[in-house]
Order: sequence, then C-alpha cells, then structure tokens
Amino acid sequence: MTINKFKLALTGGAAIAMLAAAVPVASFCGFYVAKADTDLFNESSKVVLARDGDRTVITMANDYQGDPTEFAMVIPVPTIITKEQVHISNTALLDHIDAYTAPRLVEYFDKDPCRPEPEYMRMKSMGGSLPAMAPAPVAIMEDSLGVTIEESFSVGEYDILILSATESDGLLTWLTQNDYRVPDGAGDVLHSYIKQDMKFFVAKVNLEKKASIGGEMLRPIAVAYESPKFMLPIRLGTVNSKGTQDLFVYTLTRKGRVETTNYRAQKIPSSQELPVYIKDDFGDAYKAIFAEATNKDGGTGVFTEYAWDMGWCDPCAADPLSTAELRELGVFWVGGKDGGDNGRNRKIMPRRPQAQNVYVTRMHVRYDAESFPEDLKFQETGNRENFQGRYVMRHAYTGEMSCPAARDYKRMVNERQEKEIATLANLTGWTPSYIRTKIEESGKGVHFDLDAKPKGNKWWNKLWPSD
Amino acid sequence: MRAALVALLNIDETASVSLTGRIAALWRALGRDPRHYQIGVLTSLILAGVFVYDFELSPWHALACIGSTLATQALGDRLTGRKFDARSPLISALSLTILLRTGSIWLSLAAGVIAVGSKYLIRFKGKHVFNPANLALVFLALVFGGAWVSPGQWGAAPLLAIVLFGIGGAVSKKASRWDVSFAFLGFYAALVFARALWLGDPLSIPAHQLQSGALLIFAFFMISDPKTTPNARIARLIYAACVALVGFTIQFAYYKSPGVIFALVFTAPFVPLLDILFPASRYYWPNHKRTLHDHQQI
Repeated sequence: MTINKFKLALTGGAAIAMLAAAVPVASFCGFYVAKADTDLFNESSKVVLARDGDRTVITMANDYQGDPTEFAMVIPVPTIITKEQVHISNTALLDHIDAYTAPRLVEYFDKDPCRPEPEYMRMKSMGGSLPAMAPAPVAIMEDSLGVTIEESFSVGEYDILILSATESDGLLTWLTQNDYRVPDGAGDVLHSYIKQDMKFFVAKVNLEKKASIGGEMLRPIAVAYESPKFMLPIRLGTVNSKGTQDLFVYTLTRKGRVETTNYRAQKIPSSQELPVYIKDDFGDAYKAIFAEATNKDGGTGVFTEYAWDMGWCDPCAADPLSTAELRELGVFWVGGKDGGDNGRNRKIMPRRPQAQNVYVTRMHVRYDAESFPEDLKFQETGNRENFQGRYVMRHAYTGEMSCPAARDYKRMVNERQEKEIATLANLTGWTPSYIRTKIEESGKGVHFDLDAKPKGNKWWNKLWPSD
Repeated sequence: MRAALVALLNIDETASVSLTGRIAALWRALGRDPRHYQIGVLTSLILAGVFVYDFELSPWHALACIGSTLATQALGDRLTGRKFDARSPLISALSLTILLRTGSIWLSLAAGVIAVGSKYLIRFKGKHVFNPANLALVFLALVFGGAWVSPGQWGAAPLLAIVLFGIGGAVSKKASRWDVSFAFLGFYAALVFARALWLGDPLSIPAHQLQSGALLIFAFFMISDPKTTPNARIARLIYAACVALVGFTIQFAYYKSPGVIFALVFTAPFVPLLDILFPASRYYWPNHKRTLHDHQQI
C-alpha cells in the first residue's frame, strides 16, 4: 500500500512541476496533511445511506454523550422493520468513512529557484476494525391507544420497537407513558408521518446488555429496508430546536453522485490556496469556511463536501473503505456470493481511476426548522465527476538562495502570500489583519524581506550560510 | 406597469436614431413573436445559472444541444420542403440546456435529435404531439443512467426572477398560451396545499414545494408551448389540470422527482382527443403566412 501511495504521490508531484497556480482538482495529488472531520461540529449527527434501486441500508451514528438511561430515539421509517433487518454497526466504520471523505488540506513545497532538487513526499493513512453483535428474544403486544407494536426485539445494547399508529395523540401518549421524551409540538409532525403510512422505529438502551458489552459510546444502528422513498426524516429534530443543527449524510450508491431534490445542493468552495500557517489551524479555518458558505444562504444549506468513486482517492485523507467495511455499511452489491470478491478483510489499494461500483457522496447539511420545513429528499444521478473539498498550501523555499532568479522568486512568493491572505479572508469572513496577526504569531509564511542585503557570492559566504 | 409597457411600445418609428428609440425598436422586435421573448429569458436563465448559481453547465453541453436541434430542424425542413426557421428549435435547445443534466456529449446531441425529430415523426392531423424538449428529457432520463434532471439546483433566489419573467411575459401578452401556465400552477398549488392540510403539515411545506425552479421553468416555458397545447381554452384548462394531477401523483405517490416533467409526456397523447372534443382554430406563430400547406407547419 505504501508503495502504491508513493507512486500516486510521485505522479502528482510530476504534475505539480508542470502546472502553476489554478489547476483542476483531478490533475494532481499533493501531500495530504490535515482533514476537517465531523468532530469539529458539535451536536452533529452522521448518517450513512447505502442504496441501489429501492434497497436501502441506513446506518445512524449517535453522538449521545449523556446517561444511557436517558437515551431514547424515535425515527420514522417507511416500512415495518423486523429483527433481521437491524444490525449494530461499529463507530470505527463511521469514523473511517468520515475521515475518507473529509475536506482536506494538502501542501506543496517550492523548489530552490536556484537549484531544483527532488521533493520529499509523505502521506498518511488510517484503518478500521470490525464489529460484533448479540441477538436477544422477541415479544409482541397490542395497545389500546391506536398504537400497534409491530415488532419488538433487542439487538446489541438496544431494545427496539417498531410501532404503527392510527393517530398522533395516541402515539404521543404511548411514547410519554413509556418514558420517551417527545418535544412539545411533535404531535403535528407525528400526525403527518402517520398519514404518510410511516412506521416508527423507537429504541432505548438495555443497561444490562450495555454493561456486558462495555465501552463508553453507544454504537451505530444499521437498518435495512426496501422503499421507493429516498429520504431522511429531519422534521422531528427541528420541532423543539433553536438554532441550526449539522447533519452529515454519506451516501453509497452504484451509479453516481447523490443530490437533494427539494433543496439546492451546492459544492463547498474548493481548490483554494491558503496561507501556510493554516496547517495548525485547519479545523478552525474549515469551520469558518463552512459557516461563511452557509451565511450566503442565510446560515443554512446543503453542501457537497466530497463525491468520489470509492475505488481510489487523490490525495487520500484515509484509505478507501474495504469491501468488508462497505458490506458492513450495507453495500450489498459488492463482495459476497453474488458479487465475486469474498475477501472479508481485503483492503482496496488506492489506484488510478478504476470503478469500484461504489460511489460515495458526502453532504453536510446545516438546517433549522425555518429554512428546512420539509424532510430531505434525494436522488441518485449519473454524475460521476469527482469532487472534493480541498485546500492547498504552498511552502516557499526558505533555504539559501544566491542566484539572480532568487529576487524574482521572493517577490513572486510575497505576492502569492498576499493573494492567499485575501482568499482566506474571503472564504472565512476573517479580517486580513487578523490573518496577518496569526501569521506573525506562527512565524510561518512570513514575507521575504526584499530590501535585505544580498549575501556575497564568495566561497566563504557559502561556507557559513546562516551567518 | 402595463401603461409603461404600452407607452414604450408606442414610441414613434422616427425616434429610432436615439438610444431610447433603439431600445424601443428592440423591444418591438422582441414583442413581434413570443419566441423572441422566450429565447431571451431562457438565455438569461442559463447565464444566471452558470455565472451565479454554479450549475456545472459545460459549454459543450449547450453547444451540442443547440447544434443538434438546429441541424435536425434544418434536415427536417429540407425533407419536408419548408423554409428553415431557427427560433423553435432554439427554444427546445435552450430548454434542454437548462433542464437536462448529463456528462456525455452523445446524450446532449441525442437530446436535440430526439426533440426536433419527434416534431416531424410523431404527428396527428398536422400537429406534433409531444413538446420536443420534454419528450427528449423524459426519454433520456428513463433510458440512460447518464442523463437526469436536477430539480433542486435552483435556490430560492432565482425563483423570484423566473416568476417575474413568466408574469412579465403574460402581462405583455407575448404568447397566447399563458392560461395554461397559470391554470397548471393553480391546480398544482391546490393539490400540494390540499395534501398539506390533509397531513396537518405547516403551510411552509407546500410553499417550499412550489418554490422549485424546475417546476416554474416547466410551467412558464414548457407546458405553455402553443404548438402542443389544445386549441380551445376550456380544453387547455382540462389539460393543465390533468398534467398537474398526474405530475403530483408521480411526485408524491411514486416518489419520482420531478413528476411534472414526466407527466407532460404521459398526458400529451390526449391533446388530439381534446382537440376533437373541443374544436377551435390552431395556433400560428405571428409571422406565419397561411398557405395551402398549413398542415405541414412545424
């Protein structure tokens, strides 16, 4: 794998040497240095949707940090779900897909304008591990509030019920009686879902199971179902919530990019050159970039942060997901008996364009009740054009330069740094003076002093260059 | 506004040397045929889409749509012995450019050929049956995975522009089929509001559903095509209601977006029936000279 990556970087490196400033994303690689993963965004939820035709697997991750006894979730689902359709997934898997698709920072190093030399390259990788699951007994019962318990089962640390209801008041009463905290005003939304023939997936944590399984976090729940509805219900979440929430949707499809059909999906600004000090501050910078992008639409919006064939990446913020990981996330059309490849732990080597039959789209939605009155609806398109949120740093050559070309080079670098400051200010909404202060503080990417006396060209000047 | 328009249109010919005179002359030229107005508006929408709303519209897609529609029209006119007129195929091309999404130049080319070709091949009593761009869109989207329609690509901002352009066209009577646009939007709005009331949803939901760029472009620039709508007004209102109902069903019962674009293809074959039930004179473009070969008009 290392060799493959190195080759990839090398090809990219050659391309950089030929191309100057604004270059299309796909044409070179760069050195991956940092990513802006979802940990930056508080109170965010992550959902993976693997879908082909009507077959859908949804994996929902919890960032719930409170007391497990308090935990309860109510999610509208399009069909009745049985025990076999539910699976407890692994947090590491979601972390992996998050890392693989995260907006990324890459860096390039200028060559000595006086004496070109080979570049040093490095790249970073990470992997994931596989989960375990435990089954539990099932019980069925009826209720007089117009609420029917269609299915009742336990999977992993969760006790799960699938409810259907005839009217929202009964459902509300039932939920309240059974210690599910439903926000005020949720009745209307539940009423709407009941009319649309949706069922309700409700889950609580079984403390004994939780204790026997161990671990701090609640694990993600995966649900497989078949429905023509390609949507995510977000309305219950906006009922009682002030301000905006962040949702990350990762779709895994066969044909191409997924887009929202009832909201405008925009691409996050990408391929911009930023000051090099940003290397240590990339998380904050990306948060500001995202906030500024949404501000143009009143603080909310759907942004595509990544859209790529799962077979490769360039540069890689993390390895592509293995066939085993993809199947775990519900990509039923790869691997397995009908898919050919049965190697459970085989890692996919990052390689030059080779279709994997799995296309990943990462959408970052910042929503509130006002701007997003309706649930998110999606469609898969035939768009296989790759896109990534990618930001570039160009390190100036800071070694000894004693040729006539050096002065032009330094002037060029100073101008470039000014442009980078303007770009960052524009993308983040930060003031140029704030950015300059940060640059001064970090000491990285400071302008060359063009008025400094050039060193002599005698052999003793070269003997002790730092004097 | 109407008074201002009338005043503008009534400016004397002799004033044409001054700037206002030239603008007035241009306005009159635009007003002479509804197609000029449509071409102008669709072009503006495409430019706004590319430069302001980041539509990912490649120049080759636009060129392929325009080239293939014009070439097909030229060939068709030559074979049928008609005089070539670029305006109608240009409107089809611009509609395809703005609504069809594809990564393949072959599909862009095919769209133009299918659109204009259908005008010559699928006819009933001298009138073509399908809206050319609509047929091409639906055919390609259903048959090829590499072609689709992106109903969500318009934000809320340009919608106002589309509505203003549409209403502007209606007020200035640039086409005689604006009744279809308004009837369709009215029926469709009634259906989504009724659904919201039935579900107990807040009215912000149907309001949001009506703010779909694809829906509005469809209403003002596709269903209103005078050549493929029924001849009698009452028939046009029935037709608009049918398209709205079928589109609504596709959208909300079959979860296929955008339903209305598919609906038009399914309802278009009933236009000849409506023309028989409600006879009225056919629509002719303003500069059309009626001849013995009227039945050949494209």
